[in-house]
Amino acid sequence: MKILVTIKQVASLDEDFELRDDDRDVEADFHVFDLNEWDHYALEEALRLKESGNSDAIEVVVVTVGPDRADEELRKCLAKGADRAIRVWSDDLEEADPIGIARALAVLARREAPDMIFAGVQASDHAYGATGMALAGLLDWPHAAVVAGLEYTPGAGTASARRELEGGAYANVTVQCPAVLTLQLGINTPRYASLRGIKQAASRPIETIAPDALGLPADETGKQGSLSRIRRVYVPELGRAQMIEGTPAEQAARLAGIIKEFRGEA
Amino acid sequence: MSGILVIAEHRQGQLRPVSVEVIGAAVATREAGGERVTVAVLGATPATFVDALKLAGVDEIVTVQTANDAFDPDTYQAVAHALIEARKPSLVLLPHTIDTLGYAAPLAVKGNYGFTTDAFGLARDGEGWIATRSGYGQKVNMEIEFPGRATVVVTIRPGAFKAPDSAGAPEVSQFDAPAVTPRSQHISFEEPAASSDVDIPGAEFITSIGRGIGEETHVEQFRELASSLGATLGCSRPIADSGWLPKAHQVGQSGKTAANCKLYLALGISGSVQHMAGMKHVENIIAVNTDPEASIFSIAKYGIVGDIFDIAEELRGHF
Repeated sequence: MKILVTIKQVASLDEDFELRDDDRDVEADFHVFDLNEWDHYALEEALRLKESGNSDAIEVVVVTVGPDRADEELRKCLAKGADRAIRVWSDDLEEADPIGIARALAVLARREAPDMIFAGVQASDHAYGATGMALAGLLDWPHAAVVAGLEYTPGAGTASARRELEGGAYANVTVQCPAVLTLQLGINTPRYASLRGIKQAASRPIETIAPDALGLPADETGKQGSLSRIRRVYVPELGRAQMIEGTPAEQAARLAGIIKEFRGEA
Repeated sequence: MSGILVIAEHRQGQLRPVSVEVIGAAVATREAGGERVTVAVLGATPATFVDALKLAGVDEIVTVQTANDAFDPDTYQAVAHALIEARKPSLVLLPHTIDTLGYAAPLAVKGNYGFTTDAFGLARDGEGWIATRSGYGQKVNMEIEFPGRATVVVTIRPGAFKAPDSAGAPEVSQFDAPAVTPRSQHISFEEPAASSDVDIPGAEFITSIGRGIGEETHVEQFRELASSLGATLGCSRPIADSGWLPKAHQVGQSGKTAANCKLYLALGISGSVQHMAGMKHVENIIAVNTDPEASIFSIAKYGIVGDIFDIAEELRGHF
């Protein structure tokens, strides 16, 4: 019994960031890396399933597509309790869009043959919301997106998923398994890694593998296998609030004035 | 390859408003009448939605009879794929919604169509389409192109385009759904839990708290502040996810829309796309945040870069 959890090392931007000379991305020096927020929840759901039964019976494998630096995020997952970590990479994947990433994940998933795949709904940097479901499409597996509640007994033929809809509503669905599910924030309360876990994870192996070694054809690798390309990145002209300056007392006084005016008291 | 295909979305018998926005995107993007705009609607009784889709600029409405009204990803994927293969549109527009998240990417990979998501801008560049979307937590815009793709599927951000403002007289036709064996089954809808003490959609003045409050023990002081200001207490997603406030307080895409709000005080809320979906229309937004780069300042009328606890403390003295 195996659960595959796909994760992403996301990038946020330093203040006063600069664009690359080709205008197709932000200069790499200004990237600040972290594990995607959604992935904490996806991993937690897998770990909960592992702990709910005979823990030896479920293997939780975290996988990512990314360069060397992504090992740091895999180690965070190992520190929390993942059994194994795999990173797929070659420089050919540099220009992969979410579909190009999903193709690399799909060949790995075929090799690993898990019983379930969990991914985050989206990544906090570019928020495509595409990779997990593209993986489902490539594997031709049953799938459900934006799952905020899950009832699944490892090995069962179906899972009950509570999909979070707009406006505070939910849809309850049953999905045939194995399935690919994208998990939503709030589905659980992710744990923190223990100090012991962090220490141990530092020396645990991370398997790295090239897409061609997994059998991904060259014409499906990276930009060849992508369905989009970033033509240009630019900093938009955004609206800007009228800033209320001064000491907190002065700022609050002005704010109070605005509120009183709204209430018709000023 | 020409024409724009839109797939409408409905839930529990109601056409979702974003569907007509996506039609608006198609109509605004068509080239001087050269692109034919086709709107498809799937369901057990798709004809019930036809009148609401007869909008200016729509050339054709296609009804597709399916087994159920409730969304099913396999059905939508198979029908959309069959429609694309039959009609060969150059552009397919879907709403960027929870339902679409479940089938747009599988549709794109199975058809090898150009694909991107959450676009708020569309343009033509020669023979190709260009979509504009955000990157890095909305810090940059990204122009996306689709080299060599005859058909491009793009999901459209809710609220980004206006619906056509007048009716039209499109032709109406039927399309036979391909045989589908869905691998998931819709069981039930759950309505949002009723809450007697909070009415986000009805409130005129909302004071909303976000991740910046730090700890659950801090909720109470902001509840008291909201009460003394005469405001309804709202919150962003992390507060409701943590169980610090009931979901009925949550403002945003998966929570409530502040539909009647005139004054929105955002305390310690950075301003995600999903939160802004529920409040960016409010005329008077005041944001208090320690991060001068927070997205919320791009839609706020007034901004205070400062500590919400300090400001709240001072504010109490005025009420």
